This record gives sequence, C-alpha cells and structure tokens, in this order.
Amino acid sequence: MSADWPILSAIIWLPVLGGLLVLFSGDKAPNVSRWLALAVAVLTFLLSIPLWTGFDASTAAMQFEENLPWIESFRVNYHLGVDGISMPLILLTTFITILVIIAGWQVIQYKPSQYMAAFLIMEGVMVGVFSALDAMLFYVFWEAMLIPMFLIIGIWGGPNRVYATIKFFLYTFLGSVFMLVALVYMYFQSGSMEILGFHALKLGLTEQILIFLAFLAAFAVKVPMWPVHTWLPDAHVEAPTGGSVILAAIMLKIGGYGFLRFSLPITPDASNELDWLIIAMSLIAVVYIGFVALVQKDMKKLIAYSSIAHMGFVTLGFFVVFMIAANPQVQTGSILGVQGGMVQMVSHGFISAAMFLCVGVLYDRMHSREIADYGGVVNSMPWFAAFMVFFAMANAGLPGTSGFVGEFMVILASFRADFWFAFLAATTLIVGAAYTLWMVKRVIFGDVSNERVAALQDVNKREVLVLGSLTLAVLALGLWPEPLVKVMDASITNLVNHIAISKL
Amino acid sequence: MEYNASTLLPLLPEIVLLSAIAVILIVDLFLDQAKRFFTYGLSLAALVVTIAAVMASGADHSQTLMDGAYVRDAMSDVLKIALLSVGVFAFVYARSYLLERGMFKGEFYTLGMLAILGMMIMVSAGSFLSLYLGLELLALSLYALVAFDNKSKKGSEAAMKYFVLGALASGMLLYGISMIYGGTGMLDFAGVAKAIASGETDKTVLTFGLVFVLIGIAFKFGAVPFHMWAPDVYEGAPVVVTAFLGSVPKIAAFAMAMRILAQGLGGLGPEMGWQGWQGMLMILALLSLALGNVVALVQDNIKRMLAYSTISHVAFIFLGLLAGPEKGYTAAMFYTIVYALTAVGGFGVLAILSRKGVEAENIHDLKGLNKRSPWLALMMMLIMFSMAGVPPTVGFFAKLFVLDALVNAGMLWLALVAVAFSVIGAFYYLRVVKAIYFDKPITQAPISAGADAHIAISVNGLAMLYYGIFPASLLALCQAAIQSL
Repeated sequence: MSADWPILSAIIWLPVLGGLLVLFSGDKAPNVSRWLALAVAVLTFLLSIPLWTGFDASTAAMQFEENLPWIESFRVNYHLGVDGISMPLILLTTFITILVIIAGWQVIQYKPSQYMAAFLIMEGVMVGVFSALDAMLFYVFWEAMLIPMFLIIGIWGGPNRVYATIKFFLYTFLGSVFMLVALVYMYFQSGSMEILGFHALKLGLTEQILIFLAFLAAFAVKVPMWPVHTWLPDAHVEAPTGGSVILAAIMLKIGGYGFLRFSLPITPDASNELDWLIIAMSLIAVVYIGFVALVQKDMKKLIAYSSIAHMGFVTLGFFVVFMIAANPQVQTGSILGVQGGMVQMVSHGFISAAMFLCVGVLYDRMHSREIADYGGVVNSMPWFAAFMVFFAMANAGLPGTSGFVGEFMVILASFRADFWFAFLAATTLIVGAAYTLWMVKRVIFGDVSNERVAALQDVNKREVLVLGSLTLAVLALGLWPEPLVKVMDASITNLVNHIAISKL
Repeated sequence: MEYNASTLLPLLPEIVLLSAIAVILIVDLFLDQAKRFFTYGLSLAALVVTIAAVMASGADHSQTLMDGAYVRDAMSDVLKIALLSVGVFAFVYARSYLLERGMFKGEFYTLGMLAILGMMIMVSAGSFLSLYLGLELLALSLYALVAFDNKSKKGSEAAMKYFVLGALASGMLLYGISMIYGGTGMLDFAGVAKAIASGETDKTVLTFGLVFVLIGIAFKFGAVPFHMWAPDVYEGAPVVVTAFLGSVPKIAAFAMAMRILAQGLGGLGPEMGWQGWQGMLMILALLSLALGNVVALVQDNIKRMLAYSTISHVAFIFLGLLAGPEKGYTAAMFYTIVYALTAVGGFGVLAILSRKGVEAENIHDLKGLNKRSPWLALMMMLIMFSMAGVPPTVGFFAKLFVLDALVNAGMLWLALVAVAFSVIGAFYYLRVVKAIYFDKPITQAPISAGADAHIAISVNGLAMLYYGIFPASLLALCQAAIQSL
C-alpha cells in the first residue's frame, strides 16, 4: 500500500523545518519559541497517528512507501516506508518529543530557541532513521542524529559535559563508519542501496561475518551493549533532562532497530554463527550491569545502568531466536523472543523517559542528583512520590506495567532455548527490583533528611501532564499489549521466517 | 597553426581575465586610497565575467589548440568555474581584513588574479611546458602574496620558506619532465601517452622521471613527506592569503595530477606495481592520512590545524585518484572541489573574526562564538562537520564517493584505514565546535566585517548543507567532466 500523500516525508520534514523556524525566532521572545516548538511537536504527533490507524497489520510489506530518485548516478533513492517494526517506534518518537518540549519549558533559560530547535530537528532525523528504506538515506539520518545530540549535551549539560559529549560523539562515530564501509561493500555487490535488496543478497559466510561485525560495531555502541556501554552513563549524567529522555527512549532503540533491519536479515548465517557472542554480551549486561547499577550514588547514573541492563533483554530476545530454532525439542515460539524484544523496546521508551523525567523534576528543585542528598521526599511531594514509585515499579517489571510484558516474553523465549539463559535473565527480576526500589526507598521514603527536602514544592500542572501521560502509556501497554503485538506480528513472523533460510 | 577569431575562441576566458588584470593594474595606479574599493569591485567583476566567458565559450567536445599545448574539455571548464568561484569567496573575505590593517592595496587582487590565471592555464594544459608555465605563474604570485604583510616577520619568513622549497620542487618537476621528454621524445600528454603505449620506451628512465614529477605534484598538494612548507606558510601568511592559497590551488593541483598522471603517464599505472604512480600515491596517501590527522590533534593554532587537516584531505584525493578511472577520478574531483569550497569558508570565518590588531587564529579566539553571533557559529559548525565528513554536510558525500571507488577497485583495506583515520580526524574538528558552542566567550567585541563577507560566508556555509542534501548535480558535473577525457 502506498499513501495518497507523502505522510512519512511530512513527519520527517515538518519538525526539521519547524525546528529551523524556531531557531530563527531567536531568543528575544522565548515564549514564542516555546509555543511554536510545542505546536510543531503536537502537529507532528497528530500527523503520525494516521500511520497507526491506516496501518494494515495483515501484511509484512512496507507501507506508506515513497520512492524518489535522490542521487541518480549513484543509484541512491529517497525511499521511505514503514512496517510493523518501525511504525511503533515512529509513534514513540513523536510522542516522547512532545513531552521533552514540555519538560524543558521553564528549566531551559539559556537560548531556549536553540534548545527547542535541536529537539525538533532531532525528532525529524530519528523518524527518518526508522523510515528509511535506502541504506544511504538511513546512514545520512543515522549520522545526522549525532550533531543535535552533541550540541544538546554540550551546551545545556552538566559540569563535565564537554568530556561526555565528545566521548559520545566519537564512540558512535567510530562504530558507524565501519557500518558505512559494509554498506558500500554491499552496494558494490548488489548494485543498489535498497535495504530490502540487501536482505535478498547472497553472501558467503566470511563476508557475512565481516559485515555482521561491522554492523555490530555500529549497533552495539548505540544500544549500548556491554563492553561498549561506557559512553552512556557519562552522557546521561551530563545531559539535560530532555537529552537523557531522548537518548534513553529513542536513540538506544535505534541500535535495536538496526539489528532487526540490518544484522538479522542481511547476515542470518553470521548471526546464527555468532549468536553466542551476542547472547553472552546481553546476559552480562543483564546480570553484571544490574549489579553495577546497585552501587550507584547518582540517580541518573543508576537509571543509565538500568537502561543498559534492560536493553540487554532486547538483544537477548533478538538473538535467542537462533538457539530456539536449533533446539530440537521446541517446534514453535521462536517469534516470541523478537516480539518480546520489540515490546521491551517500546516499554523501555516510556519507562526510562519517565524515570529520567522524575529525576529531572527533583534536579530542577534541588540541583543535585546524589541519592544521599534526598530522603523523605514523600512528605513534601506526595503526588510526585506516587508517580515515581509507580515508574520504579514498572522499571522493576511489576506485572500490570509495560515493563513486565517484554521481560516476561523474553524470559519465556529464553526457556525454550536454554534453561540457564532464562535463569540468568530472570535474575533481573531480583536485581532490578533491588536497585530500583532501594533507590526509591532512600530518595522518597524515610525521614525528611534536611530542610531543603522539607521545602520542596510538589509537581506543578505541567509536570503532572507529562508524568500522567506516561503513566497512562505504561499502564495501557502493561494491561493490554495485544494491539502492539498484533501490529508487529506479520512483520516479525516474516523476519523470523526470512532468517531461518540460510543465504549460503 | 593559424590564429584567428575562431581558433582563439576557446581561449576566451584566459584572454578576458588577462585583459582585465592589465586594465585593473593600470586603473589602480590612478586611484587614491579612498577609492580603492573600486579595484575590489572591478576584480570581482573580472572573475564573474570570466566565469561567464567559460560558460559562453564552451563546446560540447574537447578541443586541442596551439599544437597540443592547450586543451579545452569539460573537465577544464568545470574546474575553471570552481576555482574562479572559490576565488570570489577568497576575495570577498579579504576586503575588510585588509582594510583594517592598512593593506587594502590593488596588488592583492591583481596578484590573486594572476595566480588564478596561472591555475586556469594549468587546468587547460595539454603539455608539460604549458603546465609548467601556469604553475610558475601561480607560484610566483603566491610567494608575493604570502609576504603581503611587509611588516610581519613571520610572513616574510613563511614566504622565504615557501619560495625556497617551492623552487626546489619546481626543479624536481622540471628534472622529471626532462627525463620523460628524454624517454619519449614528446612534451604533450597525448604524445607521451602514445609513446609509452607503443612499448618502445625505456621504462627505467620513465620511472625515474615519474618519481620526480610525482614529487612536484606531491609538493603542490602538500602530501607527506613533502608537506613541510604547509603549516608554516599557512600560519605565517595573513589569514586572507591562507584562505586563498589553502583552497583554490588544490583544484589546480588536481588538474595537474589528472593531466600528468592519468592522461600522460597512464601507461605507468597499476601494472607496474609499486613502480607505477598508483603505488606511489598509495604510500603518499597513507603517510598523509596518518601524519596529517595525528599531528592536527595537538595544534592550538587553527591555521596550523587546518594545514595538517589539509594534508589528510589530500590523502583522500590521492585515494580517489589511485582507485582508477571508473569511479575514482570522479570521486577525487568531487572531493577536491568540495574541499576547496570548505577550506575557503573555514579561513573566511577566521578572517571575519579578526579585528583591527587582533588575529583570530587560535582555537580560544573562537570561544563562545555562539553567544557573539549565532549565525556565524552555525556556518562555522557546518564547515567543520563538512570537513569531518558528517552527514548531512557535503563532506560526507565527498568521502563516501572515495570509499565507494576504493571498494569498487578492490581496495577494501584502504577504505577501512581511511575511515579509521577520519574518526581520529573528527576529534579536532569537534574541538573547534566545542570552543564555539560550549565555552564562554573571552571577548564581547562586536564582529566588524562588512555585509559582503557575511553574505559570502552564509552562501558558503549553506552550500555545505545544500550540496550535502542534493549532491547529485555536482556529482553529475564531475562525472561528465571525467567522461570527456
């Protein structure tokens, strides 16, 4: 199905152009920039809703396709389209961006127009990453994402922001240039940059393994997987709240999306061959990083490490597929891991965004992220405490919240592969609960630790709006994940069938 | 050959520019200092008219004139338009800088135009002799320009260094040319190519000749190990001269490499292994990548940093050249034009930021530019990201096309080395962006450059973005130009 009008282009370019408009509105009237940015973000979200309503969940084919020649002599096209895997992520992006704009409303006093513009441009570029069906277009969006994020962390970040942002930039840049070489190599082999063409491309095992490793360099850094995760805690701690939210909620998902769109379908045999590596890295992330999170003194760092652990579930779910297929006792259910990974991605998008926003609420009032500076917040901020406890429960994977669904599906899938995988993965239910709830205990409950805590103002209407909408999202996905699973079903089934066929 | 209007028509651009230079030289004598802007206006007009002349007098097939000494083909046209346009930018950036330092003299523009004329001759050279002629005209003008600030010791030292080393390199080039002449009995590139293809030439003499010629080319590009002049000259020369000599001559050097190596000495190519020019270029390129990128990391002077970064960009041009005719030449040509446009913008920002008595040449001079002028900061950021090769700027596509050419030529490992070094390279461009956006300004002095420079830098910076999003037109031009060879 192709759209009657270029809806994907509109969702990409409206925020980019709107962002430029906000940029030129300048800082003479900051409120104009803010309202303008909000209007653009809301409009973009409204525009993206037809993607969901008009989506045909019965097919794995690309929908809302647009295909125009871009660089003809290079056979590169401006080819857009979405399937069940990318469409939910686009909606996540447009939704979270609104919250980020609102969350930065008053906190950002230094050059708000540039701040708002950076997030809007970022939004367009991220939607571009999810909807690009041409590898070169994908790569351009993928890299273009770095520039606004680099500036967001560097301009509005904390004291050590320069170190963090340069580390962030160079880490991701290093990862992605190798992907570029792999893409150029496949372009040389197949004669076009079509991603779907790459899916069908026959490749030898050595080639596949090299390409797989090149992709791994790009995506593992982005996800991030242990041991290339070290940029993330630094970037999160230094980034402004909005930057952390986008980073955790969307940018990490782009790494996971990359595995589904590139690594698995293009190099199925290499993925099969090296699945032990990814599974090992994922389990280390889940178990080891969980313990690292336990000892953090800084709230943002703690949530950053918990993000790494949760993303470990995603990659575990994606790659456990091969183990399930290799297990002679199990005939069905290999699709469950990928599904679980996807649900986990969307759910983590909501929960991590909410957690970072909660820390942002505290930070705006106290200018400290140290757990030790807090205690007894519930006494002065009861409403806020309710939100934070709820999101902490979701982060720990409480049934009824979205955090439970994805984790449960992945653990279930791991059982079909190997008992010990599932056992190790399930330790997160204990460790995750430990680090999250222990933090909540120390920050929210107990006696009021000092007079600054006692003087805290409870959440205002704007913050209630932001946290409340995330609460609804987390609950909705937790209680009734069916629509999301259904939308993705055809595409994921198709993907799992595709990777079961060897390319050799 | 007969000389009449029709045979001279292909030479129209050079004739126009030369006449304009002569007129401006004389007019300038009769102007008092207050009316000097007249020279400036005339010079810009001369360049624009010359661009028009290139476009108007072009033919759809290549023409060879003056017994093979002069070639007019699509490549020469594209390169001439590129170098004239980049020259316009360099001239505009120079005006207020020169004015504030009491150096606003007509000679700057006439020397600059003579250099451009020399480059146009190089671009259209059909034989070693005309190429050498153009090269010397370029070089002599540049020596004088580097020493343009006669009160600056550093400038004089740089000019001296440039002159001595340049003369040495010219000598090498001439020596190599004489060997090739001895080996083939020919001076025009077509004749040399034919003689080599006939197989009756002595390959040893030719290889010796090739080595010396290549040294001359490498010197002009500033490739390692013939790069020693670049950092000192870039730093010592007034920044507006650096803007000129760091950008436009690269285009001419590319033409020189194409004419000599691809057209003349194509027979000494890949089949000769390390003794062919591809093999030699590979060594130069790898050395330049490594040294240029690593040494640039530790420079605090932006002019020096950009000099070392130039060296690493030259490596990419060489990688394109050695990847061969199918895609490599086009990629190298695209890269060269993009690089010249990017470099002139980078130095242009420095020229705009320099005020009376204050040179903006260290990274800390750029601190907090986003507070002083968000627009200028944005332009400089685009230029820096373009140099680093980050999409959506055009620098990315320049690098991409070179990588593609390398992969096509079966040199995957070179592509991997190149991207690894470009990650190292990204760091020093990020340092500049960091200073602009993340640091507090050390001065609040207003930016005094005129409207002309601001318009030029806006066009220049936005071109990074425009060609980054729509690279197809420029790529098509380069492809057509290379196919016409």
